Amino acid sequence: MTKLSYAKALNRALADELTRDEAVCVFGEDLGAGLSGLTPGLRDRFGAERVVDTPLSEQAFSSLALGAALAGMRPVVEFQIPSLLFLVFEQIANQAHKISLMTGGQITAPVTFVVPGSGSREGWAGQHSDHPYSLFAHVGVKTLLPATPADAYGLLVSAIRDPDPVVLFAPAGAMGVREDVTTELAPVPIGSARVHRAGTDVTVVAAGHLVYEALAVAEELAPEVSVEVFDPRTLYPFDFAALNDSVGRTGRLVVVDDSNRMCGLAAEVIASVVELGMPLRAAPRRVTRPDGAVLPFAIGLDRAVQPGREQLRTAVLATMARH
Amino acid sequence: MTQPSPAALYRSMRLIRSFEEQALALVRSGEIVGGTHPYIGQEAVAVGVCAALDPGDQLTSTHRGHGHVLAKGAEPRRMLAELTGRETGLNRGRGGSMHAADLALGILGANGMVGAGAPIAAGAAWAALRQGSGRVVASFFGDGALNQGVLLETLNLAGLWQLPVLFVCENNGYATTLSVQAGVAGSALGRAAAFGIPAEQVDGMDAVAVHAAAARAVSRARAGGGPSFLECRTYRFEGHHTMERRVRVRYRSAEEIDSWRSRDPLESGAALLAPGEHVAIDQEITELMAEAVEFALAGPHPDPARALAYLYADGLLPRPGHPVEVAR
Repeated sequence: MTKLSYAKALNRALADELTRDEAVCVFGEDLGAGLSGLTPGLRDRFGAERVVDTPLSEQAFSSLALGAALAGMRPVVEFQIPSLLFLVFEQIANQAHKISLMTGGQITAPVTFVVPGSGSREGWAGQHSDHPYSLFAHVGVKTLLPATPADAYGLLVSAIRDPDPVVLFAPAGAMGVREDVTTELAPVPIGSARVHRAGTDVTVVAAGHLVYEALAVAEELAPEVSVEVFDPRTLYPFDFAALNDSVGRTGRLVVVDDSNRMCGLAAEVIASVVELGMPLRAAPRRVTRPDGAVLPFAIGLDRAVQPGREQLRTAVLATMARH
Repeated sequence: MTQPSPAALYRSMRLIRSFEEQALALVRSGEIVGGTHPYIGQEAVAVGVCAALDPGDQLTSTHRGHGHVLAKGAEPRRMLAELTGRETGLNRGRGGSMHAADLALGILGANGMVGAGAPIAAGAAWAALRQGSGRVVASFFGDGALNQGVLLETLNLAGLWQLPVLFVCENNGYATTLSVQAGVAGSALGRAAAFGIPAEQVDGMDAVAVHAAAARAVSRARAGGGPSFLECRTYRFEGHHTMERRVRVRYRSAEEIDSWRSRDPLESGAALLAPGEHVAIDQEITELMAEAVEFALAGPHPDPARALAYLYADGLLPRPGHPVEVAR
């Protein structure tokens, strides 16, 4: 039995893909030093030509990776903090994502963008605590949010092998998680959800680190409520077929989502289920960051803005109340 | 690298000019929707640079990209089919004027965002270096791009990593309507010099001069000498966009336009030919363009049910935006 940490799982996925395919390369800041936990040891093992320490030039190296992809490489780009994605929205959403359609399918852009430590890291304040996966799902960039070390490994491998641009968010709240890995690590198909805990009363959709909050709430309520914890793993494309199966069984839906409420992922999940006309036994609920949230610094304020266990428990119980 | 003949340079310029004139006519007749950014007047730059590139070399282009794409060898009829939004176009009607690409010819795409092609070119050049391919990548951009941060970041990376890329600044004097004097502190060449990149100014109305400078830069890049920067002083005879005629903006004097028109690169290019030689070329291009128009307008319109067919390379089809299926 091996204990594998989330960060080490990402590191191992990168190492395995660098070994498997000469076209794979990595761009980012402080990669040699392995500052964000994704790349320790990789430069020594694969060389500074393939694990490339870049100057602080996010816009240039994001599109440089795209250019390298057009010339046959499979670049992975690492960002030190999630808010850098706002800086390179042009390069990812407007360039990499659009190039296949705009060229009538002549061009594929297999670039993977990885954000280790997305979301609140407690005490990092307004410009370092965003978790902007809903923006990328909205645009239609393939958006991955693994919760467990094995899924982090499997989804990063799939992202690197995918012919399209992919953004993988590694939540700060999950980076420290360790998992007993008894089976061989394997690629996880993009667009496939996972049920962490089966239940019959209510489906809780939770992604990333919130899976652990959902599992805790499910355990806590177990004597009275049977909670199914549904982890989409991939936010775009979203495994709506699996979600419909789940909600079809439980008839109740709660979504916990570390996005801002307005136009966030939770809104899409609920809308999609309601639109299908699935008979729900109670109004669906969502637990999210507030509209337009900016995370304040003071730790009590930071936590107050994030969706958490208490609010999730309340939401689950609300769906169980007799109407 | 073989020296292009004056006739070859003239023919390529004539093709671009005729293509652009034809495109303007099709904008006026409504066959081209959305308009174009005419390249007329700047032909010597695309032709001079592309004549210095090998077929295996690559380029990134701009919103004013027809000249670069044609000079690199794209078929005029498929290019025109693209501008008229046909399935037979270079991009199957999905890209239009601002996104024309032909990957087989090393054309990595025109780009609607100013300066955005430069890092893509640098990335292709980085890959070329790693792959030991000997490929060189040219990146065209206008004077407006000189103020885009991403271009300056890219100059730094290209200089730092000695990438085989040729930065071609087509300084036509205006970033849409803003004059270069009002928009650029310092100079174009100074931008490159700051990053240790060899830079040269050249007369962008003279295809022979552009070719000579580009050929030096390409040779240096291929020999491992890293990036170069060319500032081509040129002028667009038409407006920024075909829309400009309708809104009647005034930002250039008639005298200024006339003085540049008197230096028309086609006329100076024709002067290098034997007397009357250009007539046969003109005739050939006229016939080619007539055939291109026929081909373009005869092409089928893309199937609306397949509007997002090429969004994902893996074939993923997005959910439709409305519940009613498109009637076929």
